[in-house]
Formats: sequence, C-alpha cells, structure tokens
Amino acid sequence: METIVSIKPLLAVSVSLLVTPILASSRAPNVREAWTFMAAVAKVLIVASMVPAVLKGAEIVYTVAEVVPGAAIKFRVDALGMLFALVSSSLWIVTSAYSIGYMRGLKEHSQTRYFVFFALALSATVGVAFSANLLTLYLFYEMLSFATYPLVTHHQDHEARSSGRKYLLYIVGTSIGIVLPAMLICYNMTGTLEFSMQGIFAGTEHKATITVLLLMLVLGFAKVAIMPLHSWLPAAMVAPTPVSALLHAVAVVKVGAFSVLRVLTGVFGVNLLTNLHLGTVICYIASFTVIVASLIALSQDGLKRRLAFSTIGQLSYIVLGVALLSPKGMIGGMTHIAMHAFGKITLFFCAGAIAVATGKKYISEMVGIGKRMPVTMVAFFIGSLSVIGLPPTGGFFSKWYLVLGTLQADQMPMLIVLLGSSLLNAAYFLPIVYKAFFCTPEESMFENTIQEAPIWCVAPLVVTAVISVVLFFYPTLFLNLAKLAIGG
Amino acid sequence: MGDIIQTIVAKYNFWIYITLMMIGLYAMIAKNNLVKKIVGMNIFQTAIILFYVSIGAKRGATIPILEHGHGGGHNVVHAIDYANPLPHVLMLTAIVVAVATLGVALALAIRVYDRYSTLEEDEILSQIREE
Amino acid sequence: MSLQYPGLIVVVPLLSALVISIAGWVNKRWCFPIAVAGLSVAAYSSVGLLFRVLDEGVIVYKLGGWDPPMGIAYYVDHLNGLVLAVVSVVALLNAIASKNSIEQEFPERIGPFYTLYVLMVTGLLGIVVTGDAFNLYVLLEIAALTGYGLIAMGGGRGPLSALNYLYMGTIGACFYLLGIGYLYIMTGSLNMVDIARILPDLYQSKAVMAAFIICMVGVWLKMAFFPLHAWLPNAYTFAPSASSSLIAPLVTKVMIYVMIRLILTIFTPEFSFNILAVSKPIVWLSVIAIFMGAILALSERNLKKMLTFIIIAEVGYMVGGAWLGNRVGMTGAILHIANDALMTLCVFLAVGNIVYKVKGAEFENLQGLFRKMPFTMGAFVIGAMSMIGVPPTCGFFSKWYLISGAIQAGQYGFMVALLFSSLVNVVLFFRVFEICYYEPFSDHHGHGDHHPEPIDEAPVTMLVPLFIVAAILVLVGLYTGDIVNHIVEFAIPKGLV
Repeated sequence: METIVSIKPLLAVSVSLLVTPILASSRAPNVREAWTFMAAVAKVLIVASMVPAVLKGAEIVYTVAEVVPGAAIKFRVDALGMLFALVSSSLWIVTSAYSIGYMRGLKEHSQTRYFVFFALALSATVGVAFSANLLTLYLFYEMLSFATYPLVTHHQDHEARSSGRKYLLYIVGTSIGIVLPAMLICYNMTGTLEFSMQGIFAGTEHKATITVLLLMLVLGFAKVAIMPLHSWLPAAMVAPTPVSALLHAVAVVKVGAFSVLRVLTGVFGVNLLTNLHLGTVICYIASFTVIVASLIALSQDGLKRRLAFSTIGQLSYIVLGVALLSPKGMIGGMTHIAMHAFGKITLFFCAGAIAVATGKKYISEMVGIGKRMPVTMVAFFIGSLSVIGLPPTGGFFSKWYLVLGTLQADQMPMLIVLLGSSLLNAAYFLPIVYKAFFCTPEESMFENTIQEAPIWCVAPLVVTAVISVVLFFYPTLFLNLAKLAIGG
Repeated sequence: MGDIIQTIVAKYNFWIYITLMMIGLYAMIAKNNLVKKIVGMNIFQTAIILFYVSIGAKRGATIPILEHGHGGGHNVVHAIDYANPLPHVLMLTAIVVAVATLGVALALAIRVYDRYSTLEEDEILSQIREE
Repeated sequence: MSLQYPGLIVVVPLLSALVISIAGWVNKRWCFPIAVAGLSVAAYSSVGLLFRVLDEGVIVYKLGGWDPPMGIAYYVDHLNGLVLAVVSVVALLNAIASKNSIEQEFPERIGPFYTLYVLMVTGLLGIVVTGDAFNLYVLLEIAALTGYGLIAMGGGRGPLSALNYLYMGTIGACFYLLGIGYLYIMTGSLNMVDIARILPDLYQSKAVMAAFIICMVGVWLKMAFFPLHAWLPNAYTFAPSASSSLIAPLVTKVMIYVMIRLILTIFTPEFSFNILAVSKPIVWLSVIAIFMGAILALSERNLKKMLTFIIIAEVGYMVGGAWLGNRVGMTGAILHIANDALMTLCVFLAVGNIVYKVKGAEFENLQGLFRKMPFTMGAFVIGAMSMIGVPPTCGFFSKWYLISGAIQAGQYGFMVALLFSSLVNVVLFFRVFEICYYEPFSDHHGHGDHHPEPIDEAPVTMLVPLFIVAAILVLVGLYTGDIVNHIVEFAIPKGLV
C-alpha cells in the first residue's frame, strides 16, 4: 500500500482551529459568519483534495509529535476516516448556514461563543477521523467533549446546567474512567496503539483480558450511546437545534461510533474477533439498544427527544453492522455513518425550522403543520424515509447491506432485529408526517396560509434532503470508501 | 534486662538526645501557648545539635591543631589522637540556622499577637471561628 | 562564562537579594528591575546549563576550587539540570507577573518582599544544584525561612499559618539533618557522590536504614505528603498572591526532587527498592494521599484552598510514582516535577489575576468571570485541563507514565487512585467553570439581550506571563517524547529497569 507523507491532514484539522481567534475577536456578526463559511469551505476542499489518493488505495500520513514511544500524535487518512471526515466537514457548511437562520431567528445570546466552539468541535471531529492511533483519537475525542460543553449548555439556565452535568458525567467520566485505563493496559501489553488491519493483539492468547478490554473500549466511548450509557444524548437536546443537528446527530455521536469501529477493526482486528467469537457479544449488546431505543422513541412527545432516541438506535446499527464481521455487514455499518447523517440532520433541521417558525416543540402540537410549512414537512418525510431505510433515499443502501450482512454472517436473530426495528422506525416517524398533511380541518392546529421559516433555515434542510435522495442514485463514493476500508 | 541497660549506658548520648527531642516535640504538640511551642521547637533543634557535637567527641582526644598534639607537633600525626572537628563546625552553621528560625518564629508570634491580642492558641482559634 | 553557570545560578540571586535590600531603602522602584535582572541571569544560566549537560553529561563544579570531599561540589546532571531550569523559569515568570499585585497588596513593603523572594529562589536553586548533603540542609532552611516571611506578608491569617508552617518545616528539616548525621557517622562524608561510593558495603546496617527512613520522613514533612500535610493548605491560601504562586509550584516539587535524589543518588535504587522492602506500603500511602487530597478538595468553597488540596494529591502522584520501583514510574515522577510546577504556576497565576480584580477567591466572587476576564479564564482552563490530564497538555503525559508504571509494577491501587483523582479534578474544575459561566444569568432564561458585564481584565504584564505558561503547558506536552528521551532517560540510573 502506498503511503504519502503530507501536511494536508493537519491542515484539515487545524483550519477551523486557526480561525477561532478571528471568530472570537470579530465584532460584526456578518464578518464572523463569513469567516466561518470560509473555514468550512476550506476544510471541505482540503478533505476533498485527498479523496482521489485515498480512492487509489493510498494512505496519507503526518506525524505531529512523537510523544510516547509507539504512540505518536499522528494523522493517517484511510478510507474509513475519509468517509467520516467527508460527511462531517461537508455538513458543517450546511449547518453554518442553518445556524445563521436559527440563531438570528431566535435572537440567541452569545452567538460569538457559539460559532467559536462550533469551529473547535469540527476540528476535533476531523481529528478523530484522521487519527492514526488510539492516543491521537483519544486526544481529539476529549477535545470534542470539552468543546461541546459550552454548546450544550448554551442557554445557561437551570435545565442547561443539569444537562451539562449529565453530559460531562457520562462522556468525560467514561473516557477518563474506562477508556484511559483500557488504552494504557493495551499499550503496556503490546507496546503500540497504532491502528492496523490485523490489530495490535496479533499473537496474544489472553482471551479473558481481551474480552474485558474490548467491552471497556466499546462501552467507554460513551458518545456512541450504547445502552446503558445513552441518557446523556436526550439530555443534550437542550442545546440549540443546529448543535443537536450537527453534533448530536452527526459529529459527536458518530465520533463515538467511529471510535468503536476503529477499536473493532483497528485495535482488535476482524480476525481476532472472529477467532474468539467476540463479534456476537457486541452484536447482542447493540441489538438490545436498537430495539429498546426504538421502543422508547415511540413514546416520546418532544420532537427532538424522539429524534434523539432514534439516533441512539441508529448508532447501534453502525456498531451492529461492523460487529457482524461479515464484509457486507461491515460495508453496511460504515456507509450507515454517511446515510444516516444526511437523513437525520434533515430531520433535526426540520425540527428547528418548526421551532423558529411556530415555536412548537411537541409532536402533539404539530397536527396539520404540513399545510403551513409544506417544504419543511416534505423534507421531513424524505429524512424519515432515509432513516427507516426505504427507497428512494440513501438510507436504503446501508440497510440493504446490513441485511445482506446478517445473511452472510448467518445471524438470523440479527436479521429479525433489523427488520423489526425498521418497522418501529416507520411507526415513530410516519404518523408525524401523516398527521401533518392528512388531518381534518377541525383537527388542524394551524392556519392554512403557507408560512415557512426564514430562508437560511429552509435552504439547508432542502439541500440535505436532496442529498439524501441523490445518494440513492449515486452511492458509489461512500460504498467504494467502505469497501476500501475493509480491505478491498 | 542487663543487655538493655548495657545498650542504654553504652550509647547514653543517643538516649539523651532522643529524650530532649521528645520533650521538644511534646511541647510543640501539647502546649497551648505559641511561645512555649517555639521554645519546644528550639529544644528540638538543640537536641540534634547536641547529638552532632557528641558524635564528634572522643575520650582523651585533643583539639585538631597540630601544635596541641602529643609531642608538640613534631611527631607523626595519629588521627586517633584528635577529635573530629567537622561535626562541631557544622553545628556552628546549624546554630545560626536555629537562631534565625527562632527569630522568625518570634517575629511571627508578635504579628499574631498584634492581630489577636493573645498568644493562646485556643483563644486565637475561637476568634478565627467567629470571623 | 558558561563554565561558571553552576556558580552563577546561586551567587547572582544571592547578591541581587543583598542589592535589593539596600536599594529598597533608597528607592522602591529599583527593586523590581534588580530582582528581574538577577532572576533572568539565573534562568539564563540554568537553561544554558541544561543544554550543556545535554551535550557533555554530568558537570562537576567545585565551589571555590576546593576538591571534594573536603570542599563543596556542585553536581549538575540531567535530573537537577531539568529541575533547575524549571525552578528558575517559574520564579522569573512569576516575578514579572506578580508586579502589579504586590504593588496593590503591600505597596509599603516592596523592598523586603523582593529581598525575600530572590533569597528564597536562591535557596531553592541551591538545594537543587548542591552535591553536599549538609549544604542542602542549610539551603533548605534558607528557602524555608524566607518562605515563612513571604507567607506572613499577607497579613490577616497569614502570620499564624506561617507560624504553623514554621513548626512543621523546622521538624522536617531537623529530621533530615538527623538522618544526615547518621549517614555521616557511618561513612564519614557529606558529599553525596562520596557517600554513595562508601555506602554499598553498609547496606545491611541498621543505622543506614534508620538514616534513610529519617531523611525520608523529614522530606515528606516538607513536601506535605499525607498525613503530614496539615500545614500546607492554610499557609498557601493565606499567603499573598505573589508568594503563593512562587511557593505552591516550587517548594513541594523541589522536595520531591530531594527525595528522588536520596533514592537514586545517595542511596541506589537497589537499596531503596530491593533491600529496604518498603515500596509497597509507601505506594499505598500515596494512594491514600491522592484520595484524601481529592476528597478534601471537594469540600472547599475557596478556589485557592481547593487548589492547595489538589497539590497534596499531586504530591501523592509523585511520591507514588517514584516508589513504584520501576523506570517508567520514575520517569513519570520526574516528568511530573516539571509539569506540575508549570501547571500549578498557571492556575495560581490565574487565581492571582482574579484576586487582583475581584478581591477574593471565594466561589461567590467568581460569578460571571468568563465574560469579565476571558483571557485569564482561558489560560485557567488550559491549566485546569492539564491538571485533569487532558491531552495534549503536559499533565496528561506524566499521568500516562505514572499509570503505565503502576500497571507494570502491578500496583493497580495506584492506577485507580490516579484515575479517581483525574475524575475528581473534572468535578472540581467544572464546578468552578459552572460558577464562572452561569451565575449572573440565572434569572434570564437564556434568551434575549442581556447587558453582560464589560470586559475588565488584569493588566497586560500579568496576562503575558500567564499566556506564556499556558503555551508552555501545551508545548511541553507535545515535546514529551524529546524530554523523556534526552533528559529523563539519562536522569535515571541504568540499574533501574
């Protein structure tokens, strides 16, 4: 495999970091937002410029500092990292536009702080995507935890404070309390933390130790919200909606999922997990979360909370797919990172647009809203289809590969879990859409005049909805990256 | 029993310095008056100074100046005839340190007295609690 | 010139202390420049010395040209080269940063303050550079006596706290002196290298073991190793800002250095860890120290006092790491001397700025500080992250080595203690952040326009050193690999694996 040494990964990570002083010191909001856009576009361009090389099978590496022998602060761009970086950085542009509409629409305070920490969070996200080893990944994972704290607690009221505490307790508590010791034990057993296809434990026979370490690392990355470490995510919904949209549907939670994927494929390696039959264990843990989260979502009336529980379920799809350890299942899990991202961010954008336009936050108050905000609700419908996994949306492909993966791995129970959960997804999304459009005039809670949210809010959600559909027809980029990521 | 007495007697200088140290330590812990504590501290320091001085002493030895040696400095020097001067010299420094410490301690005690108008620790503590 | 570095490190500050005390009578404004000049020379020489040591290895400097073991020799190796550089740089940065707060807190006593300040730095640098066990005692007392004075300058409860510190400090120093006395009886020498040469034949002697234990206890008292810590919190809390940000980062760390010097040079790792089989209980003691430091910190409602309890926990880190009895743990302990000095300086300087502006470090005073003093708080956050142990700040990497050492030594209790302390630090610091972040907004429900407090920052002369320290925290973190490979690796004898 070809290895290219290039500073590009560092640039991709730091471009949003370097822009933060400018953001913090700019007095005019328009100037500040212009810089945010420039940074976002620059980031996407830098990431995209590495795509051709990655698609050719090359790896781009850059070592920042040799801090500990066997575990440097080092970037390596491979197919899986590229897939994730591409998704999160491109969605940053869309979310920035949406943020402008949302934050100004609601006249939020401290917008400068908001944009500064958003930029920081994106640096950390791309840093995680491009990490070459567990230490670097941990570094950016922690950076993301702390950078998102001011965003989650943006409103600075009592609810925000208690959610912020919960957020820290779960996220930082697990990363310091579980991941750090697990990582150090791995390091002291093997002398390295570098990700590689065959894993770092090649040749060791301590089955019990490896099982414990695996569970510690999978559960310890609590951003993936596997039960019972999930309840920070619904709590974090007190944040402004763009934060929920990009961070708690894409960046933060997928950093968790991505870290687990790295642990499974890079630290332990597929071969070791297959030999020790550990994939099944993770499968069952994940499938429990899939089903239970979907059931809880059914009973939620707060739209953002329902989306949050849906996210918890969908994240476990990703873990489930990779833990099947069959090539098709792994492709399904990895592409689900991208497909779910576009679908779910659309849904969150819609929820935010509704909040901006009408102030409504509960599903029971949204009867007939389709007549007032048709564009938003059509986009919501497309987003729902993508998350459920129905054509013509990108979500269909990842579900399809997941189903094929269960067959390939000969895991019938998992097949049932996937199909059952899809039904549940449909059951908690489609009634919202149905009630929005098809209700009797008496039931309708809204006037029949069309009144959408500001253009800055609507345009981004249309864009992501369109992308969700486009991904049904052109999924090749993400599929190819996923295929490369599992080794051809 | 005889053994113990023998050890005590043979190394009586050790036992004396330990006793002095304990007296000093007791005063520092148990006394309520700040100046008495300082006195205890000084006893503690002096105990160690005495310990050093005692290890430099030697029965029948003379001061380490050749003129004073047996035979008026014309004979071969026998180290055994002279007391070791080094511990004593070191203790000159230690005494200076002890005096300086005592000075600083008393100065601090005066500052404490200025503020609380007492040197009794329990009274000071009750005043602090009231603040 | 560079040949005289070891001498200059001690002599220049000593002389400048003298000059300051005279200048203070003539014109108070001369004190600050003289102090900074003296400390700059010391900092320059010690950094230069560190680089010379990197090139040439151990440097022996005979004071006054007298040969050891008769004369006093200064030995500078990688271990004290590193500590010298840290001590002198910390002292210099703090002197610059604290100028305004001194003028605010006691304008009439600037002369005496700088005299004591520079004299204390002389003592600390002397402790680190000297190769003579008794000389070390004298310098120990110089540093301590000036320290009492610096603490008492705060007024209020300062003198009483200083007096309590004085009792304990004197006992500690006396214990050390006593231990050295036993060693002298056994070896007839006070030169560290000489003692180390003679000792191996006497390792089984009870007197040597007693000497070691007595010295150790004395040093522990001086570094506030739990349960001998009672003097520290009040002394550091009631000291004026400028004193506490000098004493808190340096004194405990220099005492850790003395402990490591005792373990590694005067005695050998072979004796300390194998013949004297006390490693395990001492590591357990440090586990208790870490737990107690963390728990006691939780109960404090004063930022400065909370930090002093964290120092007690940090002392536990280093004692435990040094006594793990393996190379990795020792690396962690030595690395943590430097890192902890720097991060303690960072948070104490930030607290100094806060006290300068809001006249107190009680939690109630801290409301809305993120808006009022964004730069100070930014640097404080970096210091706090380092204390929590978040990469890439340096605190993470020393913790990394300490935990690795614990795993290799099979001392999982120590590992748990370190993780526990990190988690408690998260709670401690985020509680402070919360107060600084929320309180003034509690009635506003977050929406709409507030009229936030305008920015009211500390002067630039206080901010710049603070930023430098914060930047150093990250840089040292990123260069950990080089520091370990080029300095710490050579500071530990080959025998320790």
